[in-house]
Amino acid sequence: MDHSGISVLFEGTNFTRLLGGLWVTVKIAGIALILGLILGIVLGVLRTFRNRLLRLILRLYLEFFRIVPTVVLLFLFYYILPKQLNFNLPADQIATLVFALWVGAEMSDIVRGALISVPKHQRESGLAIGLNRHQLYRYVLIPQAITLEIPATINLATRVIKTTSLLMLISVMDVINIGQQIIEANNHTHPTGVFWVYGLIFLFYFLIDYPLSWWAKRLEKRRLERTNG
Amino acid sequence: MKKKSFARLIAIVSVFAALLLVLTGCGNSSKKSSSSSSNNPSSVKQIKKNGTIRIAVFGDLPPYGWVNQDGKRVGYDVTLAHQVAKDLGVKVKFVQVNANNRVDALNSNKVDLVLANFTVTPERKQVIDFAKPYMKVSVGVVSPKTKPITSASQLKGKNVIVTKGTTAETYFTTKQPNTKLLKFDSKTQQFNALKNGRGVALADDNSYLYAWSKDNPKYTVGIKSIGPKSYISPAVKKGNKSLLNWTNKEINKLTKQGFFVKDYNQQLKPYFGKEVKPSDIVLPTK
Repeated sequence: MDHSGISVLFEGTNFTRLLGGLWVTVKIAGIALILGLILGIVLGVLRTFRNRLLRLILRLYLEFFRIVPTVVLLFLFYYILPKQLNFNLPADQIATLVFALWVGAEMSDIVRGALISVPKHQRESGLAIGLNRHQLYRYVLIPQAITLEIPATINLATRVIKTTSLLMLISVMDVINIGQQIIEANNHTHPTGVFWVYGLIFLFYFLIDYPLSWWAKRLEKRRLERTNG
Repeated sequence: MKKKSFARLIAIVSVFAALLLVLTGCGNSSKKSSSSSSNNPSSVKQIKKNGTIRIAVFGDLPPYGWVNQDGKRVGYDVTLAHQVAKDLGVKVKFVQVNANNRVDALNSNKVDLVLANFTVTPERKQVIDFAKPYMKVSVGVVSPKTKPITSASQLKGKNVIVTKGTTAETYFTTKQPNTKLLKFDSKTQQFNALKNGRGVALADDNSYLYAWSKDNPKYTVGIKSIGPKSYISPAVKKGNKSLLNWTNKEINKLTKQGFFVKDYNQQLKPYFGKEVKPSDIVLPTK
């Protein structure tokens, strides 16, 4: 069994390198999610305002990030924009930026949807007791919208974490990229190593994403229980 | 309602199209100014000032550029990269690239130099500048040791195995029309076909065949080089005269010193086996 593929994982520093790659993945996804959520909430609130020009601009922003595939966005920000605009950031910062903007766009739609689905009488009662717009959002709409938007937000987070696998295309040393290095380096001696390396990466992603999706499901169930008494 | 949203969609799409046009338009006008030597971020002077040279290498192509089990970058190209940095007196920073983003990495100033098994082609020459070559490759033919094929004339009317889309396929279709080609989609398939005796020989990139025949000692690379030679060169951004000239001098110097033979013995020989001599891969000193 000395040539069994699983030994590839534990030779030299291979395992710690994979963990290091996973940390890069988690860090980029984490920072992008935090920044994107803040941006998304602000934009989502703005999108419920009446100003048509503002709404058009934000709509364009959303559609741009929703329609253009993430791979294309990454290439655009990493290779094409620096050439035109002369700004140059390291690959992992570009990745964080692109993902944050993407999360912001998707999140703005989730927040907008949640805000307008707060029952109309809540908004009208708030206005009736003399709240101004800021107070109305702060004390009435946003607290009720949050419970509505949490499951969708968690789903978005799992999607973002999965999509970080594209980062290898712009030379970010994420877990997939390091996995491929290990596979190719051992291809001659351990032809079955590919199965074990991808298997481990699958397990990594599963361990991060599954608790999130479980949590989303539980929150959704609790919310339904509450609203239906 | 449907009609209205469709009209809106068209409006949105046209706005994006306009934006893209503006962006690319800017690009064309700014391209010329950015490649002028005054603010070239990859000139030899600037690299020395920064104290680091950024070199694009492969991370998954043993034995040229890969990462060993200790997490260190090694390989034929990587050894050259270290030597280049040493002779410039700067530190080296590696950027890992794939085959299809080597050109973009140069053009968007992500790297100063590409040392990633980069084959010189006329199409690539139009968008980047190649320095002098440090390696040569061509099509080779592998056959069983019991029935070795050593010249192209032996292949007349026989089945030759190739992979679709390789230089070997192009060469045999255009220059050796009287051989019969058996075409496969992947490397695994083509080698299985050879082992099953479906053809008398198999043609592919010679360096790849050297490595394969080392693991499969019943076969030999009978024809080491057939058809036009391709060269592997360092590449710099188009118009970066400063680094291009320096790299040319460096390659000349290293060739004379026998650096590439040493590099070959260290990095490639363990993969290629005894049948191959350094002179099959490394360019001769002139």
